[in-house]
Amino acid sequence: MSDIMLKTENLGITFGGLKAVQNVNIEIRRNQLYGLVGPNGAGKTTVFNILTGVYQPTYGSFYLDGECLNGKSQETINHKGIARTFQNIRLFSNMSVIRNVMVGLSNQPEFRCSPFTSMFRLPRHFNTEVRMRERAKEILRIFGLEEERNNLACNLPYGKQRKLEIARALATNPKLLLLDEPAAGMNPNETADLMDIIRRIRDEYDLTILLIEHDMKFVSGLCDEITVLNFGTVLAQGDTKTALNDPEVIKAYIGG
Amino acid sequence: MITLLDGLSLGAVYALIALGYTMVYGIAKMLNFAHGDIIMVGAYAILTTINACGNVWVGFAISVVVCTVMGVLIERLAYRPLRGASPLAVLITAIGVSYLLQGIAQLVFGARPHPISMPNLGMINIGSTRISVSTVVTLIVGAIIMAALTVFVKKTRTGRAMVAVSEDSGAAKLMGVSVNTIIMITFAIGSALAAFASLFYLMQIPTVEPTLGSMPGIKAFTAAVIGGIGSIPGAMIGGVLLGIIEKICQSIPAISPYTTAIEFSLLILILLVRPIGILGKKRREKV
Amino acid sequence: MSLAENFKKTFKIKNQINYIVIAVFLVVMAILSNGNMINRSTAGLLVRISYSIILAVSLNLVVGFLGELSLGHAGFMCVGAYIGCFCAEELNGIIDNRVLVLIIAMIIGGLSASVFGFIIGLPALRLKGDYLAIVTLAFGEIVRNVLKNLPMFGGAKGLATTHIQIPSKTLFIIGFITVLAVLFFIQNLIRSKHGRAITAIRDNEIAARAMGINVTFYKLFVFTVSAFFAGMAGVIYGHFTNPVMYSTFSYNYSIEILVMVVLGGMGSINGSIIAAALITYINFKLQSQLTGDLAALKLLIYAIILIVVVVFNNAPSLKPLKEKLSVKSLRKAILRRTKTDAIYDDDAAWNRIDTKIDMDEVVSTDIKPNDFSSPVEPEKGGKK
Repeated sequence: MSDIMLKTENLGITFGGLKAVQNVNIEIRRNQLYGLVGPNGAGKTTVFNILTGVYQPTYGSFYLDGECLNGKSQETINHKGIARTFQNIRLFSNMSVIRNVMVGLSNQPEFRCSPFTSMFRLPRHFNTEVRMRERAKEILRIFGLEEERNNLACNLPYGKQRKLEIARALATNPKLLLLDEPAAGMNPNETADLMDIIRRIRDEYDLTILLIEHDMKFVSGLCDEITVLNFGTVLAQGDTKTALNDPEVIKAYIGG
Repeated sequence: MITLLDGLSLGAVYALIALGYTMVYGIAKMLNFAHGDIIMVGAYAILTTINACGNVWVGFAISVVVCTVMGVLIERLAYRPLRGASPLAVLITAIGVSYLLQGIAQLVFGARPHPISMPNLGMINIGSTRISVSTVVTLIVGAIIMAALTVFVKKTRTGRAMVAVSEDSGAAKLMGVSVNTIIMITFAIGSALAAFASLFYLMQIPTVEPTLGSMPGIKAFTAAVIGGIGSIPGAMIGGVLLGIIEKICQSIPAISPYTTAIEFSLLILILLVRPIGILGKKRREKV
Repeated sequence: MSLAENFKKTFKIKNQINYIVIAVFLVVMAILSNGNMINRSTAGLLVRISYSIILAVSLNLVVGFLGELSLGHAGFMCVGAYIGCFCAEELNGIIDNRVLVLIIAMIIGGLSASVFGFIIGLPALRLKGDYLAIVTLAFGEIVRNVLKNLPMFGGAKGLATTHIQIPSKTLFIIGFITVLAVLFFIQNLIRSKHGRAITAIRDNEIAARAMGINVTFYKLFVFTVSAFFAGMAGVIYGHFTNPVMYSTFSYNYSIEILVMVVLGGMGSINGSIIAAALITYINFKLQSQLTGDLAALKLLIYAIILIVVVVFNNAPSLKPLKEKLSVKSLRKAILRRTKTDAIYDDDAAWNRIDTKIDMDEVVSTDIKPNDFSSPVEPEKGGKK
């Protein structure tokens, strides 16, 4: 048990000849709310994709709670404790809200139940199903989605879909939660509400959260430290206020 | 040697069919399951004209028209409503269209095979081997079509629009390319190629029946995949390769009954090892 | 919490209706047949309906729930029929009871088919959509081609199953009991966390992976299970038909099963059951009446079912029309209810299959992204 939850060492990836991300060194402490910002195309989502095993880093490595997760599959990385949301929402849109969360729950050891157990309807199956449903309701309650648990996910309004994605990721019981533009498309009220929720789940579920966001108010309101990426490289890093006031950062954003 | 030449001429037919698949797959991103059956329609068009006026070439001309119209109609009626729908739906519809064509043909012409008298183009000597003229013609026409298509795609406005649609139909639309028109043209060209294929197919196997197109169709698709789907020269290479393999297998008594199994195993193997085929394009990496 | 309590919480009478209907149907038919009220050809029809239902339901597992198109279902049935019936013929002298032989044969046939299902599941891990469909089609043809040429299985004359024939009047009862068993297993599977995982893969494979769903396992599992039941259906078929001919299990037969699934609604088990029964019945009736070229009508009917059902259900432009005609809105119009229809957990609208197969991705996402010889590209803009 180290104090550092996520550590990346010279993380980089190239596509063909293009260096999409290079030399990213991030250290995130346990329970920290950490921001990853930068202009469009800076490679933020690519970093997420590397951290969740969608891409394998070309060089460098990353450690979750001291364990190197390079080269692991997406499933394994999720089991090890990294969960994510997607920039363009990827819900299971033809399933009800509660089912979406239950899919997130299904890999957890406490709900283990082999397909054959289910096929033969052994007692364990009923037990698991009931407990899963209870847990899913609990999670939905935090996000204020309990009432809509039986609606189809695709029928939810946009802001709630974003919340449901976070709920689903939370259901996989992660140590580190990666949020890709969680507040995109939300109105100020929803954003404020979301900030509360993010703090609350961090405390209740003992989470470390890394988030990508363009809304600087959101970032500075939540995160104590950030990394600014531009063209795949780290432009500035550290305390949120200082980093955001860095002349390089301002230049990159305003385009000097 | 004879085997090789036989394989070459069969391969040329496969290649022609495969070109049709590749065109449609490359641009409309769908497997036109009914392509083989358009060949069958073309064959019946030739048969009917020959019975009526006795001239193969008139028959061929008519079959080009019939196939083209058929291809465009199918695209308009069955596939266009599904643009943007799930590929699974499109594929199932294509299977339905294939069945529809077979069913209609069977109703109109009957299930029994009709023999058809194709003109004998004779044989010529190349070196010490005698080879039928139709084989040579098939190969030459195949090569010409391939070259023409390549030029068409690269040099003409429509051709470049096709490439644009194939790369990113959404962006092409924004650039003012009429995606629907382009896809329709693709189907027209692909189906016209089917008419060529039916002519050369009949030169080798002069009988017409409703199921004529299905097996060559599937094999030609195999050829297209082997060559690399979406690639015009790939379709040619794949077709010829498959034709030769088929004939070689058939010429060896020990394995000849297993020809189909070998061909399809090859397909599965290639898809597993190198899903993009021999000449398949690497997709450009965008970040 | 006690078992009974848990059971009660997950038990819904609505989910049991199909068992009840089939069981009642079976009992009625058994009584009728006992009293000599149904003739041999009707009993034969019932046998056909029973194995068609098994085929359709098991194919639906792959097409409707996993969202992959398989055109080789008849191939699995073929493997099951040949190997299962071959063993049954061998066992015939050893075990006296024919029904017992049938049951053993069904298990053997199912297992051997599931081995092939597993093998076909392997390409499914890398390939998607059209490519996978072609691979399954190719598989069906390979099986047929090989079995045709093995002298051990009778070669071109087909596998003789003379000694293991069971009279239709007995066989249909076994057939329907098997249907009940198959339904039990498949419905239990899809109404569990595993069913949710499978549909999650169908709806959005990338998200499913990110949620820690073991996509590899589930794809292989679904193909294996589906093939197992298709193999069982093949064994029933072999006990009904003599000889078992390789030519029966052509691509056309696979399509026939697909027609059942599509007509019944992809992802709807009850739909598959009804459609399988209906199509088998129509086939049976038409068979005697449509001879020669009129048999083409069957093709036409299939074609029209496929095209009309799929276009109607999927065409974006027909969506408003579809919603207007949907049962729900009709009911609403009749009852003038304005209450919003909630969809309950266990009957979420399964048969709304959305785009799952991304045509741009020929290869599924488990190819390592830094292997740039593969055609997979980092998603557009590298963003997920």
